[in-house]
This record gives sequence, C-alpha cells and structure tokens, in this order.
Amino acid sequence: MDRFFHSVTLDDSKCLGCTNCLKRCPTEAIRVRNGKAQIISQRCIDCGECIRVCPHHAKKASSDPLSVIDGWQYKIALPAPSLFGQFNNLDDIDVVLTGLKKLGFDEVYEVSRGAELVSEATRKLMAEGKLKRPVISSACPAVVRLIRVRFPDLCDHVLPLNAPMETAAMEAKRQAAKKTSLPLEKIGAFFITPCPAKVTDIKVPIGSERSWLDGAISISEIFPRLTHEMDNLTEVEPIANSGIIGVSWAGSGGESAALLNEKYLAADGIENVIRVLEELEDERIRELDFIELNACSGGCVGGVLCVENAYVAKARLQRLRKYLPVSQNHLPGDVPGDMEWEGKLEFAPVLKLSDDLMEAMQMMDSIDHICDGLPGLDCGSCGAPSCRALAEDVVKGVAKKSDCIFVLREQIQNVASTLSAMGGFVPPGLREGDEGDDGSGNGG
Amino acid sequence: MNSIQLQYTVPGDDFTRAGEASSEVKRKLKQLGYDSDAIRRVAIAMYEGEINMVIHAGGGEAQVRIYPDRVEIELIDHGPGIADVEKAMQEGYSTAPDNVRSLGFGAGMGLPNMKKYTDEMRIDTEVGRGTTMFLLVRVKGKAG
Repeated sequence: MDRFFHSVTLDDSKCLGCTNCLKRCPTEAIRVRNGKAQIISQRCIDCGECIRVCPHHAKKASSDPLSVIDGWQYKIALPAPSLFGQFNNLDDIDVVLTGLKKLGFDEVYEVSRGAELVSEATRKLMAEGKLKRPVISSACPAVVRLIRVRFPDLCDHVLPLNAPMETAAMEAKRQAAKKTSLPLEKIGAFFITPCPAKVTDIKVPIGSERSWLDGAISISEIFPRLTHEMDNLTEVEPIANSGIIGVSWAGSGGESAALLNEKYLAADGIENVIRVLEELEDERIRELDFIELNACSGGCVGGVLCVENAYVAKARLQRLRKYLPVSQNHLPGDVPGDMEWEGKLEFAPVLKLSDDLMEAMQMMDSIDHICDGLPGLDCGSCGAPSCRALAEDVVKGVAKKSDCIFVLREQIQNVASTLSAMGGFVPPGLREGDEGDDGSGNGG
Repeated sequence: MNSIQLQYTVPGDDFTRAGEASSEVKRKLKQLGYDSDAIRRVAIAMYEGEINMVIHAGGGEAQVRIYPDRVEIELIDHGPGIADVEKAMQEGYSTAPDNVRSLGFGAGMGLPNMKKYTDEMRIDTEVGRGTTMFLLVRVKGKAG
C-alpha cells in the first residue's frame, strides 16, 4: 500500500471548486484545478478538516461499509469510547455494546480497554526514564502524521506505543482465538471509528508493519441502525469492562489525566496543536513531562465521523463514567514488546523545495521575488491557499503567475492600453491637419 | 546564488508579535532543507534576541543571511544599550520589568541562551545609543 494512502477523498460531482477546504487545510495540501479540489497526497495528514468545512459535502472519508464483516468466520467490533457519547439518555454502556452485537458481530471489545493498557504502559515507560521528555502522545494519527512532515526534531519525542485500538484488537483477537480455537486469520476485528485518520492508520500504520484491525466502520454510518437495535433490545448483556481511565480517552485531557502526573499539557484543535508543536520545537515549553495533542477540537468526540456535538458528547461521557472503577485493565508485568512500535518515526521532508541546497536557495529567491509581485490578498481564486503558495507552485512549475486574477487583470490592462493607443494610429499618408501641430510636416 | 538575505522589522510596541521573525526564518530554513539541529539553534537564538529587542529596546531590525554552511543573524536596535555586558551574560541576571516577568519572560536566560545555541556571538553596545548583536550558527550536518 502507498505510504501516503489517504482515507479522505473527493466526490468530484459535488465539488464546486470553492475555497473553503483550500483555506482550512493545515498543511496546504489542497489545490483547486479545473474547478475541482485536488489533494496533494504527500502533504495530507487525514485530519478531516476539509470534510468538516465543506459546505457541499464533497469531501468524504472512505471508511468501510458494515458489509465488510461478511465473510469473516468470527467478527469482533471494537468501538471507540467516543461512540458512547453519541446517545441521549444513555446510562449503561452495555446497551451500546449489546446493540453492536445485534448488528452481526460475534463479540464486542471496547477500545477503552486497550486505552487502559496503553495508559499503564505509558506510566511504566515514563517511570523508567528512557523516553525523551516531554513525551508527545502518539494516539492521534493525524498529529503523528503532522509531526512526520513538519517537525523533524520532535519525531523522537513521540510515544513509541501502538494506539489503544491496536492493543485492544490484539488482545481481543488473541482471546477469541483461544476461546474458539480458530486461527487468527479467520478472526476479523473492526474499529468503530470517529475519524478518517484512524481509517488511514489501519490501512497504512505508522510504527508497525501491519494493523491488527481488518476494517473501520464510521460511527455516522452505523449510528441509525445501531440506535434502532438499541431501542429494541430485550436483554442487555454484561460486556463492558473498562473504567474511568479508558472511557476518558474519548475527550481531550483524558489520556493525560490517566498518567497521574500533573506535569502535562493537553491541546486540541489542529491550529492549537500546531502552535504547541512550534513552541515545543523552539524549546519554549519546559518543565512538562507529557504533551497530549488531538487534531479535533474536544478530542476524539470531535471527530468528523461522529454525529453529536463534541462538547455534548463529552458531558454525557462524564455522567456515564461516574460510577465506573478507575481502571479495569492492567498489565501483569513489564510493557510487552508487542505493544511497542517496531520502528521509529521517520521524518518525511515533503515541504522541502529541492534536494540540492543551491537549487533550493535559487527557488526560494524566485519565490520571494514572485510573491512581492502578487497582491497579498490570499483570496484563493488562483487555486492555491495563499499568494505565497501560488509563488511556490509557480517556481515548482505547476502553476502560472497569471493564474492570479489580479496579475491577469494588470496584463489585460496593459494590453488594452496598447490596443487603445494603436486604435488611434493614423498612417502618415492620411495625417491631415496635424502637420503644423507636431511640426512633422516637411514643408510639403 | 550563494546566500539569501532577509530583513525584518521587529515592532517594539506590540509584545504579542514578538517571535514572528524567527518563526518565519525557521519556516524558510525548513523549506530549504537545512539540518534540523541548525534550524533549532537559529530559531532559539534569534527568538531570544527578538524578545530582548522588544522588552528592552522598543524594537529594532533583524537581518538574516543564509549561506550553505552557516546562518548569520544581525539584530540592530537603538535602545538604551547594555551597561554591563558581563553581568548581562550571567544566567539569571535580568533587568526586565515586572509586567514582562509575569508573562514568563525576563528569567535572565536570553543572552546566555543566545551564547549557548550559537557558534559565534558578538555584542556591540553603547549606553544611550543602542545595541547590535551578531550571531552565527554553523551548519554541521549535511543539509537535508
């Protein structure tokens, strides 16, 4: 699979070529060409901001339909804790979990269980003192991908642990294999996802070769059928097995609070995340042990594939978790190797102008020069998100300066004034009466 | 072409804009593909210098010259000048006013950090006339 595979895609028929997504993309990964938005694959971090902001619903996440589970001998649903915040008047997580089983799953295993294991593993690794401080959470795949393309110096601060959904899927599959005597490859694990970045992370994981998950179904896709099942339950099975720590991962600050260490910061919303990363890079944030970053406002409850307002969902989770034990999942000993990343996070310099420094300097000089000649309105009409981005595209040879309507207008005005001057041209032989005026008469 | 010259005005009246020039330089160095350690050192040293100009000198001017093997930064202000450079270089020594300290600045680490993160640092200062600070960061690793 392409290293830069994306779950965020465009529905061409709905795209009007407006500038909404263009202006919102945090990595300047979108250009409008021929009236349609295009995503520059290497730059996209699957944060889903474009899906959120598109008024025409032309951007979508290619998550799997529920039918993806057909054909697997044993099917396990792994709901993200954010799912539990989507329902009104819910006071028992088991209602959701039993409802999921009715949709055709043989078993349901909460991702919050994996989250509790990841929290404990993080505490253990941090206590060993081997991680570079401050440690940056690796749970949000959009943030990890952002760091990979923009923050080379921070790559080795990223927590080298698989995200909760992976640890949960690994545990769930192993337990199911033991219970059913089926081989692991006959058991399918499906994440019920609040966001497209998780879909991408399953297809092309960072930190390991292969995901433990076999598909991702969006919360918004499953929601209508699930609520229907939940309304018609005759019996609620006791399935839930996670505590306050696991459920709290759904909102910003939950992962940090689980470290039981007050020297942390939790930022959410992609612009805020970028600001924190910039300051971390400049060593302006000191005396902190842990940095939790979530691309969506509010945390995972703010994911674009959720149906409920993030803050309403967070408030509901507070009520739901109230009488739960602190944590119900524990590591018996040291952090097992299979919870950790196999490799390191490698910087991908996709924003670099050229591999050759001299050429890069030449290009930078041309960019600055072209940029000076642009109006600085950052209007987006040219199809690039800013005047500077257009200048970069011109130098890279993928756009023309006259793509700027203001530059084009100036060129037209120049042509028009030349034409108008030419329109008044009179051949010398026909020039009457002006002989005396300009003295050009040769005394005839 | 063997250098890129950049020039910035650092406004002295707006504290919230301090640090904009250094982050712009950082962005450009990343685009050029400089070694990340050099970028970090330039960003930190220049940031400290910028903050100093805002706190103490009512702003000034920053000139940056980017060469393949080094980055030179010149920070020029017409502020009060530094009366005792030796003292100013000591960690923890600061003459910053309280309102600035309450924002977390003025910890007396500005000049020591600039020294620590650069390969060369020269201070040309005169009380009542202003200060010119010259900083040089060598690029050790291969660019890229």
